[in-house]
Amino acid sequence: MTDLTTAEPRTQAPASGRAVVAMRNVSKVFSNGTVALKDMTLDVARGEFISLLGPSGCGKSTALRIIAGLGAASSGSIDWPTSQLDSKGLPQGDIGFVFQEPTLMPWTTVFGNVYLPLKLQGVSKSDARPRIMATLAEVGLADFAEAYPRELSGGMKMRVSIARALVTKPKLLLMDEPFAALDEITRQKLNDDVLRLWRQSGVTVIFVTHSVFESAYLSNRIVVMKARPGQVSADIPLATSSERDSNYRTSEEYRATTDRVSRALQEAIHLGGGSVGH
Amino acid sequence: MSDTSPIAIADEGTDASVVLAPPRTSRVETVLRIVVPIVMLVLAVVIWQVWVVASGTPKYILPSPVDVWLSLTNDYPTLLPSLWVTLSITFQALILALIGGVGIAIILVQSKWIELAITPFAVILQVTPVIAIAPLLLIYTPNTQTALLIVAFLVAFFPILSNMVQGLKSVDHNLLNLFDLYGAGRWKTLVYLKIPASMPYFLTGLRIGGGLSLIAAVVAEFAAGSAGQGSGLAFRILESGYRLNIPRMFAALLLLTGTGVAIFGFTSLISWAVLHRWHESAVRREN
Repeated sequence: MTDLTTAEPRTQAPASGRAVVAMRNVSKVFSNGTVALKDMTLDVARGEFISLLGPSGCGKSTALRIIAGLGAASSGSIDWPTSQLDSKGLPQGDIGFVFQEPTLMPWTTVFGNVYLPLKLQGVSKSDARPRIMATLAEVGLADFAEAYPRELSGGMKMRVSIARALVTKPKLLLMDEPFAALDEITRQKLNDDVLRLWRQSGVTVIFVTHSVFESAYLSNRIVVMKARPGQVSADIPLATSSERDSNYRTSEEYRATTDRVSRALQEAIHLGGGSVGH
Repeated sequence: MSDTSPIAIADEGTDASVVLAPPRTSRVETVLRIVVPIVMLVLAVVIWQVWVVASGTPKYILPSPVDVWLSLTNDYPTLLPSLWVTLSITFQALILALIGGVGIAIILVQSKWIELAITPFAVILQVTPVIAIAPLLLIYTPNTQTALLIVAFLVAFFPILSNMVQGLKSVDHNLLNLFDLYGAGRWKTLVYLKIPASMPYFLTGLRIGGGLSLIAAVVAEFAAGSAGQGSGLAFRILESGYRLNIPRMFAALLLLTGTGVAIFGFTSLISWAVLHRWHESAVRREN
């Protein structure tokens, strides 16, 4: 499936083992003629925390959906070398997805929402209960299993969404600007939680954002993208030596990193002529 | 897992520590909610009685509530079988409309080609005043009851169908993506996502269809002009009019009103039972 002759040299060697996702010259053209993504080549190594950073219209969400198998690429190839593929050639149950909105089913409880992926896999409720309760405890919602989504705050709904994505113990967690609509305090709190869950579970995360600060705080690799057409503009590995906590937010290293990433983003915006933000 | 609970403490100051409790109704308000409508109704009936007696209006123009009540108790051997006929047509029509409306809606949303193929028939049947085809149905059907049933069914069917189609199509796209991501097939997506998501729309269709099936059962009987044994309340109203038995006419009307109220109450109760935990329409607003 992978065509190595046309692959660009990798900017960074994978941390260990085979790639979880391998994209080769993936392009996506929408039916209205918009080139959303052009020649994207990306190897995601196991255990990485990658941020896709870029202005609106740079194809970062499109790339994420293609990685999830939700939309087919117009050209190029994508492979999930470590996953079992189903009859449609898509990975089976190895991917968790967190959307920009919590996207919960309002007619069922927090428990019912987190149970959904397991229910669709045919796991009985009694077998699933321990896993669901453990996952809810991890996101701090053990006491809210019987609450309905409308009774929760925005941050809590997002936690339910994260719990739902993690309950299947996926290899790959895809997050599409998950905290963009939350207030700053809740957002920082959830960033810390995501980092903690990533460290504990060893899951590979691809995190789409348009915030330089968020990407610099979370990731160990930032892929900067430019718009019109959506393309990778820079691939920045970050040191993972420092502990990412509230001290890190005020450290010189964090400031230097955000400077570097901001410059890369400015360059990408300048190249693509895109606009920042929404 | 339990050793990782710094969140509960660390949540202070974020909105994650807030849970919204549903608003409570005070006891006084609960009592008033029941008392106020009843007092108003009783008051209206009393004013009606006083006015009829005071003005000396004859029974054949406007009967007093007492006259209507006497007619209801005296004429029940004729009225009750008619009520039964109207009720059975109404409920048979509603049940058929529910099965047909929901079933066809599910088939319609499976593919845009099926929808395109069926839409012209649906539009033609919906825009034609169904009462106008009642005389035709009388020719084609073995008896009047069947014709009435078909008319009532057609009238109740469309609001249920169109609401259900709308509901099945209004599912959150990201939830559909999520079901795709987890490899849920057509059937699981229908049962676990599309049908629950369309409940508010379905229940709107049910409330409209329930009311319309009674109206259609009565109007169709006016149009079909049934007579004698096996007649519904509509015929009793016409008959009472010809005989200037106005109190009985009011008694028959009262039975129809009661039936309508019961259908409304019943469908509203179902709607509340299904939606009150989660849907905004069934939840009180509090600012």
